[in-house]
Amino acid sequence: MWRYIVKRLLWLIVIMACVGVIIFTIMWFVPGDPAQIILGSGATNEDIARVREQLGLDRPYMVQLGEFLINACRLDFGESYVYGIPVIQEFATRLPRTLGLGLISMALNIIIGIPLGVNAAIHRNTIWDQGVLVLAMVFISVPQFFLGLLMVVLFSVQLGWLPPFGISGSYPTWMYWIMPVLANSLSGMAMNARQTRSAALETIRADFVTTARAKGLPERTVIYKHMLPNALIPVVNSLGMQLSMVVGGTVVIETVFSFPGIGQYLLTGVNSRDYPVVRGSVMILALFSAVITLLVDLVYAYLDPRIKAQYVNYAAKKGGSKKGGKK
Amino acid sequence: MSEEFLKINDLVVEYSSGGQIVQAVNGVNLTVQKGKTLGLVGETGAGKTTIAKSILRILPMPPAKIKQGEIFLDGQDLLKLPEKEMMKVRGNRIAMIFQDPMTALNPTMTVGDQISEVVLQHNDYTKQQAQERTIEMLELVGIASVRYMDYPHQFSGGMKQRVVIAMALACNPELILADEPTTALDVTIQAQVLDMMRELREKFNTSMILITHDLGVVAETCDDVAVIYAGEIVEYGTREHIFRNPQHPYTLGLFGSLPKLDDDSKRLSPIHGLPPDPTNLPEGCKFGPRCPECKGECGKAPAMVEIEPGHFVRCCKFTAGQRAQGAQKPENGQEAKTKSERGGV
Repeated sequence: MWRYIVKRLLWLIVIMACVGVIIFTIMWFVPGDPAQIILGSGATNEDIARVREQLGLDRPYMVQLGEFLINACRLDFGESYVYGIPVIQEFATRLPRTLGLGLISMALNIIIGIPLGVNAAIHRNTIWDQGVLVLAMVFISVPQFFLGLLMVVLFSVQLGWLPPFGISGSYPTWMYWIMPVLANSLSGMAMNARQTRSAALETIRADFVTTARAKGLPERTVIYKHMLPNALIPVVNSLGMQLSMVVGGTVVIETVFSFPGIGQYLLTGVNSRDYPVVRGSVMILALFSAVITLLVDLVYAYLDPRIKAQYVNYAAKKGGSKKGGKK
Repeated sequence: MSEEFLKINDLVVEYSSGGQIVQAVNGVNLTVQKGKTLGLVGETGAGKTTIAKSILRILPMPPAKIKQGEIFLDGQDLLKLPEKEMMKVRGNRIAMIFQDPMTALNPTMTVGDQISEVVLQHNDYTKQQAQERTIEMLELVGIASVRYMDYPHQFSGGMKQRVVIAMALACNPELILADEPTTALDVTIQAQVLDMMRELREKFNTSMILITHDLGVVAETCDDVAVIYAGEIVEYGTREHIFRNPQHPYTLGLFGSLPKLDDDSKRLSPIHGLPPDPTNLPEGCKFGPRCPECKGECGKAPAMVEIEPGHFVRCCKFTAGQRAQGAQKPENGQEAKTKSERGGV
């Protein structure tokens, strides 16, 4: 198992290097010159050339790329062209907010979505089940930003209960988090509920569930000890994808609610061609996605011993003798 | 005469699927004596498994529904028992061995935990004691105790079936419902598993209902045999009755479908046609449309007739005043068989 984790961590480095090269190259080809944007439309060609030289933008592609990658290894993404503040310093204040937003949303997805799905499956074809299905369909279909805007209209403009944007002001701090978290989590919650429901319906008919019942176990034990762990295997897999989407999806939510996190930072960076900001933000979001995927795979292995066995066998085969059997 | 340990009276079970009613079990009467084995023989879909699951009350309801009937275990009607009392019967007094060992075990739990779970549920054991009991059971079925912590995917099919059997026997049940316990296994493993089950049964004086479509297994293991067709018992008797003197055309057809080593015929004689659609069972004798002996007087549902002491047959040829013939000796059965074979080719 440890071999597997180490192997995955090594892969993580390769993935991050690729992400670095790709984002650097994309920004290289994106039209628009940061120097032009910094100086405004009235700038002369000489001024622009001078600023380009100051920022080091006049050097060849390979030199700049190499510099970026080497610095990135030390978590140094440079200074923002626009604000002149080191990117990593901005991360220190913004990253906790984005992660908080993402993780709280995800926690809600799991804590609310999965039990909803299980209950819908147990009470199949009742009003409860139909209600969950319909609500889930609605929240999956409505785009996050639109949901966010509707919430602002209802809770801030009409009812005046919640602050419409920002993260501090005249309301208590926690109230600024409610709408971004809800807008970010409702669709994931709905997806989880639906997926758990169908996985549970499939597992509830499995032979081993009947075996468990034939053992004389109470229904609760049958469901939570035998049915649920097996039903969750496909759900955990999709949670992995959802988690990385939640981290990336904060870009939209943060913009809608003017929530000062990494996503919003990334977007302003893109608008002003602020290369260090864009590269740094993308790298950090990619890193979290990759780490989360790894964690999900480990949880997966924990839930399903068959997968764990594969990892162990794989590691043994890699590390040990060459005459090992099948995977 | 030994005591009637399990007695099923007039059991009717229906499934409703998509607005249609599937009549899975139609008025079945069965008895199992203490320490004896009853074989339940019939084609796929005849309702064998449904009967077993009705006894344990683990049918999925809905869609299944036990419409009427009584199931007495030692004089107590299981169908009237509250769910809480029923839980104490399942796995404890009555245990079930399932058909497919590949899917009957929970893939996310170690086999040891799965066995000790049932031990803990029905006994006042500590975890330690339950573990000891589990290891004892594993060794009883020929699995080394070191495999306690292994997961089902680490076992072969035959070994998994042993685990399932160990699980069923862990609480010394008084009645075992074995649902095709050897169907999913290789022939060599089949013999091992059957031997093992017989030994264990003799050791603990357990009663058993063995569900199978394998007549060889029946001949080897069962004391009594019930042949079931379309949810009805068509012939019932001791093993000797059924094998020496089969009378119902369906039973004869089953024997005719077996390959024989001492027979030169090039082809087997299968029973023609298909089992009836259970949503739309034929009027009268349910086997009538496929029966080689049907002479048209099978329009009325025949009743069970006792043709010799303890040997019951549900066929018009005995109800329509021909009862005297039926009581004749095995040669008659032999003759009937050849006739049905000729009719079949």
